[in-house]
Formats: sequence, structure tokens, C-alpha cells
Amino acid sequence: MDELIQHLYPLLKSVTGYIYPNEIELHWGLLVSLYPYLTGLVAGAFILASLVKVFNVKELQPTYRLSMLTALAFLIVAPLPLLLHLGHPEKSYEIFLTPNTNSAMAMFGFVYAWYLMAVLLLELWFDYRKDMVIIAKSSRGLKKWFYKILSLFSKDISDKSVAFDHKAVRIITIIGIPSAFLLHGYVGFIFGSIKANPWWSSVLMPIVFLFSAIVSGIAMVLLLYMVITPIRKQQLDMICLDKLASYLFYIMIVDFSLEVLDFIHRVYESEESIKILASMVQTKLFGSLVIIQVIMGMILPLATIAGVKIFKVPADLRKLLYFMSAILVQIGIFSTRWNVVVGGQLFSKSFMGLTTYKMTFFGLEGLLISITLLIMPFFILWILMKILPPGGSETQEAAIQVPSP
Amino acid sequence: MRNLINAKRRDVLKSLMGLVAGLFVPKSIMAEKDQQKRFDWADDSIHYDPHDHKWGMGIDIDNCIGCGRCSAACKIENDVPREPFFFRTWVERYHILENGETIIDSPNGAIDGFNKKPDEEDVLRSFFVPKLCNHCDNPPCVQVCPVGATYESADGVVLVDSEYCIGCSYCIQACPYGARFLHPVTRTAEKCTFCYHRIVRGNDPACVEACPTQARIFGELEQKASPLHRFKRMNRIGVLKPALNTEPKVFYAHLDMEVK
Amino acid sequence: MPNWIPNLPEQVRRLALLVVVVVIAFLIVRPMLIPAGFGEQGHFRSGALNDAVAHDYKYAGKASCEECHDDMTSMLASGYHNNLSCEVCHGPLAGHVEEPEEVQPEFPRGRNFCPVCHEYLSARPTGFPQIVSQSHNQLKACINCHEPHDPVPSEVPEKCSACHGKIARSKAVSHHANVECDFCHSVNEGHKTSPREFRAAKPIDRNFCGQCHADSENGSDAPQIDLSSHEPRYVCWQCHYPHLPEAK
Repeated sequence: MDELIQHLYPLLKSVTGYIYPNEIELHWGLLVSLYPYLTGLVAGAFILASLVKVFNVKELQPTYRLSMLTALAFLIVAPLPLLLHLGHPEKSYEIFLTPNTNSAMAMFGFVYAWYLMAVLLLELWFDYRKDMVIIAKSSRGLKKWFYKILSLFSKDISDKSVAFDHKAVRIITIIGIPSAFLLHGYVGFIFGSIKANPWWSSVLMPIVFLFSAIVSGIAMVLLLYMVITPIRKQQLDMICLDKLASYLFYIMIVDFSLEVLDFIHRVYESEESIKILASMVQTKLFGSLVIIQVIMGMILPLATIAGVKIFKVPADLRKLLYFMSAILVQIGIFSTRWNVVVGGQLFSKSFMGLTTYKMTFFGLEGLLISITLLIMPFFILWILMKILPPGGSETQEAAIQVPSP
Repeated sequence: MRNLINAKRRDVLKSLMGLVAGLFVPKSIMAEKDQQKRFDWADDSIHYDPHDHKWGMGIDIDNCIGCGRCSAACKIENDVPREPFFFRTWVERYHILENGETIIDSPNGAIDGFNKKPDEEDVLRSFFVPKLCNHCDNPPCVQVCPVGATYESADGVVLVDSEYCIGCSYCIQACPYGARFLHPVTRTAEKCTFCYHRIVRGNDPACVEACPTQARIFGELEQKASPLHRFKRMNRIGVLKPALNTEPKVFYAHLDMEVK
Repeated sequence: MPNWIPNLPEQVRRLALLVVVVVIAFLIVRPMLIPAGFGEQGHFRSGALNDAVAHDYKYAGKASCEECHDDMTSMLASGYHNNLSCEVCHGPLAGHVEEPEEVQPEFPRGRNFCPVCHEYLSARPTGFPQIVSQSHNQLKACINCHEPHDPVPSEVPEKCSACHGKIARSKAVSHHANVECDFCHSVNEGHKTSPREFRAAKPIDRNFCGQCHADSENGSDAPQIDLSSHEPRYVCWQCHYPHLPEAK
């Protein structure tokens, strides 16, 4: 018992004003911040992919499969931080058994399952079916069976059949876009619908979440494209890169406008909670909100990309600036999630005081686990790209043709 | 009239939810009629039908002397960890100063009472306010619980099923009153139960039993002869954060506007 | 085989089969895992109610004390501490009720116990007896001078409002502001020192209020009613609270 609550005693000293006595323990920390960050990347990467299929943005074609695999890799990891933060992860299946239909969180399982199975897996399956059949045919032993099972023993790769695959991918993408909106807008709703918490309770919350998700997703695909392409000894497509940066720029403007609107709205309405929220932003959240989220994560990359658009910047420098901007955006968006999740618990619901969050390194809620969870999607992505090469069956076949001893 | 509107809106919501829920939820859960079934207690000595009662609490702020016997008794009766982070009930002290500033304190939830504040010269008004779960009739915690581990019983008492609770803390976030905490050992949500084990056997909650000045009045809300009904008739009544439409069943007499 | 199935492309048939298998597996497994009684009383596990009541008492309640210690409870009943439960001072005693010898009550005799309630704090309601312990007989234990089961105030209160401040405050803004307490409540002087022994009387007769409020030539400008037709089954104060401003 003692060791379970020892960490709370020092917090008593850092409380300013009055907080309800049960509020010293902060329940949603680093792990829960990670969850909207990860789902944000999923939704963003998927929406980027759908630009190619639905809106026929040809320039982005090289990133289509990368985006889809990125989305899947992050979606597989996304529920893990939620699961780990639960008091009883072993009982989490109850959410499927007896979901409380009034609860925003109860719908998590269904929204997640829908998005994973009805959208991402299905679209990837149709998209890769031909490749999987070809690989299954041209390989032997375990590998043959692996791809046979993966393709559900499908054999038909006639033109008519493959044409159907393409049509299916298009239809699923069209269903997928609102689904991606649903997935991340829904995460915003989990916070936005808590009337007890003025920092969260806002109709704009799902929309802000959605746009910041798209921002982070595009930036992540941009980063991955810039890292993975040289590794695979291919040439970076500058037209594609410029297009990615442009989309990043436009969505960031929308995202930033929404956040500014939310800010102005709060200040102008100046409700009961405004004093405590203002003092929180000026003290405990100053670093992570004003400096990291707004200045470093938003204004700086916006200005950089704007600069690139206005002035003629040579390709090499452009790559560097895009890369730097995308990294800043990632840090900024993670900080956004942090500021929403943790910020919403730093002030007392009595509006009379502030508490503090102390991050630990070890332990379930610690930094180490979070970093592991952040690295995991990249590892999964690496595996996925081995199984389902974005270059298609040709690369696999090329690999197969290397004579084995 | 207000109830009528509420009822209608709820019905609409329910039928809408029903459409969605019908996909996932077995028939037995959806059937409202079954809820009227009398409950058979495992303990045969209990002769109590939750459908025959509607509990609430009245708190007379003018009677509270801030001795904190209620929060101390609650910790003992319900085995609440003694550490100063976990409270099912606690007492706050308000000092409203001449300059309009409000100072609130609740040292260790008042389980050891209060000490004198050093400078009390410029105090305009001061008083104590006992706090506990409001057992809302429109409880945000029950609304957000993903699995049905927290619920409002037929007698209006909001309870937690610690066997079934997955410890997601969403209810703690949703409670506007800070009345819930996560038990450090069981890792499930906990809160005031109106001492459910006592009231089904005809006793008062421990805090009411321990209050030396009858600042807490526990009783039936819907029976005209009950002391709580009389309390509500005799005093001007306020509830905490009425704008949130949680419809608390803890009623305060002589509630100041400064009370948060 | 129905003729519409072959029309579907091969890969869709394979997928559909997988989906059907997964859905059927879910539908079969789910009901098996839902706990018994879930949903019978609402969207929760009915057994949770049994869990909620399966908890031992720590506080036995005053009625249990009375069964053996009626001498003390009757002493308590006549004094200022009449509404106190024994366990407020003597601690939780459900164990003592079960095993009177094994579990003994607490006897807080120190000077630090009584001030939990009676130390002066500005937030305490006016009229509640308080002392400043620093300047109040510093070396003596409280119980040397005050019998805790029948405490007596050191000074006899002069006005009713010393103890009944709450009533005095609401009466002051009611229509009855100028009516003295003893106009309606006949009080023995002994009430000031032994309030429970000498109780203040309440008017129980409808005609009492009628002195001012019944239709007659009483010359009063107070609101008038006809006693014989106005809710004859009730005593006036059952509906009208004379201390409150709303009293009509």
C-alpha cells in the first residue's frame, strides 16, 4: 500500500490554491496522451492515401502504399497504451460484452474494429491480393502457405478479377474517409463531451482533433518517405515531396485557424473557468503549450514552408527544411495531445487551484514504456513492408530470383 | 412540465440509442419491464426492495461545525485508505474575505478537524461545507462508464461494481464534484455509496450517524413524512453546479454562491 | 446452390466466408461470457448489489448502545449532547456489540479531543459553544469541569438567539419579526440551563393563531381566514412555518 501512494506525497506540496482532495492523483498521463497521438497518425496517413485513390492526386502515388502500411502499423499499436493504463487490462473484453451504449468510450471497440477490419485490412487486402497470389505461386514451403493463407487461397488474377480489386479499393476508400474522420473525431469526442471539464468540453474538440490528426499523419508519411526511399536505394520524387509539403501547409493553416478560433472563443466568452485556465496556461502549461505546441510546432514550420513556397529554394535545402518542419510538427502535435489530456487534469474542477503531473521513467505509466510504444509502430511497419512490399510483387520476385545456395 | 420534457427527450434518446444498441445488446438489457423485477438478496436477512425507495441527503450548512467526524467515520466504516488522497466524503472550509477573494481549505479532508487560520481579521463570511457523491439523477459517471460497472440502482443510489470495473478512470474525469477516486490496491473506481450496506438494513449512513449537530439529514425523497422532505420544505435549497444538469440528490440548505 | 453466389467474384466469396465465420464466432462466444444476471436490474451486473451490501458495520449505531447502556443514553438525552451518537466520542463499536469484553470503547480524556468541535473557529456557526483553548484553563482536562454526557454552559444565555440563532435569523426577515419568541412559546426559566428537561411549548391549538388571524373584530391588520372552513383537519403550523418569511 505505502509504495503504491508514496509518489503522491510530494505532489501535495506543489498544489496551488485549493483542489478537491481526490484530485491530487492524476489518472490520465503519458500513456493516454499517446493514444490520440497514435490514432491521429492513423487517420492522417489514411486520408493522405485516399487523396491518391479518390481524388486522383497522381503526384502522391509513390506514397500510397506507404501511407496505408503506416496507418496499419500505428493502428495496431494505438490501443496498447489504452490497455496498459487500465486498472484491469484483463477485463477489457467486457467492453465488447456489455457495452454501455450511452458511453462514448464503449464505442471504442466498435469504431476501432470497424476501422481496422472493414477499412484498413480490407483495402490493403484488395490492393495487395494480386501481389500475394503471385508471390504464393512463385515461392515454396512455409512462405507459399503463408501467402496462400494471407490471400485466403485466392487464385484468380485475371484482368477482370484485378479490375474488380481496383474498384473495391476505390469504394472502400470512399467509405474509409468518413471512417477515418469518425475514428479520430470520435477520440476528440471522448474529451469534448465531458461537461465537467471546461478545458475539454467543446464542440470544436473533435474537429480540432481531426485536423491536427491529418497534419500529423501527413508529416509522418513525409518523414517516412524521406527516410525509407534512400534506404531502398530509390530516388526521392521531388514533385511528390512538394505536393506533400503543400498539403501539410494547407491543413496546418486550417488546424491553426481552428485552434485560434477555440482560443478566442474561450477568452471572449470568459466563462467561470477562464481565470483558472488562464493561470494554468501561463504557468504549468506555458512550456508545452505556448512554446512547443504553438511556436515550435505550428508557427515555425508554417513560416518555413511558406518561405519555401515564396522563395526559390534549391532542392537539397528544400528537403532539409521539409524534414525539419515535419519533425517539429510531430513534436508539436504530440505536445497538443499532452496539453489536452494532462492539461485537462492540472486544474481542479473547483476552479480554485492547480496540481502537478510528475512523469516517471520506469513503471507502466513511465517514459520507458511510452518510448517503446512509440518505436513499436516503426518496427511493425518494417515487418509489414517485408511481408507486403510497397513496390509490389516485382521486388519480391527480384528477391526470389537471387539464387539460393 | 420540466419532467415531461425531460422524459420525452430521454425517450427519444433512448429509442435512438436502442436502434444502435439493438445491434450489440441482448434483449434482456433493453427490456425496461424486467427492471421492475423484485431483487432477491443473497443475504436472507435483508428485506429491502430498491424499487420502494428513493434516497437523498440534505446538508444544513448552518449546522456544520467543521469537526470532520463524518469524513473520519466514513474512512473507518468503508475501509477507505487513510492517506490524504482518497475521500468518499470530506469537509471544506470557506473564508470569504472583505476584498471578495475566496479561500478554501480542507486539510486531510478534515478527518482531524480544522485548525485556526492565522489571520482571520479581514473575513467577511466563513462556513463549512461537507461534500460527498451527489448521487445525481442524471449521473455523468454512469453515462460514461463503458462497461456498465457504475450504475444507478432503482433506489437512486449510484454504485460501483468493483468486480466488473476495468479501471479506465473515465468516470473520475466525468464527475464534476471530484467525488471519485481510484483505489490504489484494487485499481477500481470508488466513491460514496450512502453506506449501502447500512441503509438496506435500515440504518443511517456512517457520516449521518457520526454528525454531532445533525447537519446531515438522510432519508426518503418521495415520502412526504420523511425528515428529508420536511428539510426541503423548510429551507431554501441549493445543489452544487446546477448548470451542469446533473440533478444531484444531495441538497444543501443555506448554500453560498461561492461554494464550488 | 442459389444462383446468385457464382456471380460474385472469387475473392469476395472467400472474404464473405471469413466474415461470416468471425461474426458467428462472436455471436456464439459473447452470450457465454456475459455474467449471470447482467441487465436484470439495469445495465449492470445484478450481483453487484449483493457485493455492495456484503460489508461489515464498524459503527453500530446509538440504538445498539442503548440496549445495555440505557443509563448513559438517558443521561445524554436530557442535556445539550442529546443528539450525539455515543460513537462520535467513543469510536466505532460494532465490534464491542459483538464481543463486549474483547473490544473496548475509546475514552478520549485529553485536552485535544473536545476542541475538535468546541475550539473557536470563525467558520463555526454563531451560537455554537466555542472556547479558545489557549486561554481556557490551560492545565485542566475538559472533563474535570464538564461532564461530557451532560455538559452545561458556563454562562446562562440571555436571549433565545444565543442557541436558536438560525430561527432568530429567519424570523428577523419574516412577517413575524416583531413577535417575541415567548408570545408563542411559553418557556420555563429552567430551559436555559437544562434545555431538554424543560422544553419550550409549541401552540397546538388552531385558535392560538386565530387570536390574530381568524375572522373577528380583533382589530389586527394581519391576514384573516375563516377558521371553521379553512383546512379544519390541520394545525396551522403543519402548513405555515411561522419563522419563515414565506408565512402567509
